[in-house]
Amino acid sequence: MSDNGTYQPYSYFQLMEVSLRELLVEKGIVTEAQVAATVADMRERTPERGAKVVAHAWVDDGYRKKLLADGSRACEELGLDVPALRLVVVENTPQTHNMIVCTLCSYYPRMLLGIPPDWYKSRNYRSRAVSEPRAVLSEFGLHIDEQTKIRVHDSTADMRYLVLPMRPAGTHGWSEERLASIVTRDCMIGVAVPKIS
Amino acid sequence: MEARFKPGDAVRVRKAYPLGHIRTPFYIRGHSGVIERICGGFGNPEELAQMRSGEPKQPLYRVRFRQKEVWPGYRGSDDDVVEVEIFQHWLE
Repeated sequence: MSDNGTYQPYSYFQLMEVSLRELLVEKGIVTEAQVAATVADMRERTPERGAKVVAHAWVDDGYRKKLLADGSRACEELGLDVPALRLVVVENTPQTHNMIVCTLCSYYPRMLLGIPPDWYKSRNYRSRAVSEPRAVLSEFGLHIDEQTKIRVHDSTADMRYLVLPMRPAGTHGWSEERLASIVTRDCMIGVAVPKIS
Repeated sequence: MEARFKPGDAVRVRKAYPLGHIRTPFYIRGHSGVIERICGGFGNPEELAQMRSGEPKQPLYRVRFRQKEVWPGYRGSDDDVVEVEIFQHWLE
């Protein structure tokens, strides 16, 4: 049953998920309650978490320095639990633009950004982000001039990455909440920059 | 296991093609770069994938490569870089 009550047959992957889950419950490896709690927890992880971290770094320079030195610990300070996550935060400056990819699979800072978008997992993005980042960025509508250096971070092993974008001009005096509202998921992957609408 | 390299050291990625679960991307094998930072010690993924302990932990580095050195015909700035996490046993 779909959410609106109409009947739809299970897809192959839905059927596999249900079969595996029922088997695990039947064998006493997990309970239905544990599965429900884990799903609820995953749904709570959204890019708003990362945006909160970025906005705080924008208003508090001491925090910004801590975030760049030890991303995991700085997130804990904001009450964001980042277990087993070694977070490397990379900062955009007028001289340097950062961009994140995982060429081998789709490693992604889920604790701060939630579920990765489909394009992040696509072969196209994964292969071209390292070999022609400027062309990829321009397809996202982001043109980086030749004077700005591009640092691509390939998340191949145990680290996870978050881009700290530059705070746009014209946001002086904004509250942290308002600042966070312009920090999108794509800004923290490095394929966009925050804009004032 | 002790870290053999420190930030700023010039290194080269082994040009080897063993079978198994390897977390060193093909495109970077055989290329030269510079250690950007030491990430710490982590279980060896090639061992972990075989359901072994992954011990002793291997030092993991972030290595910085110049894009123009990695990709012939790279279009962009001379200063553009790609930074990749690589385990010590893949570096020489």
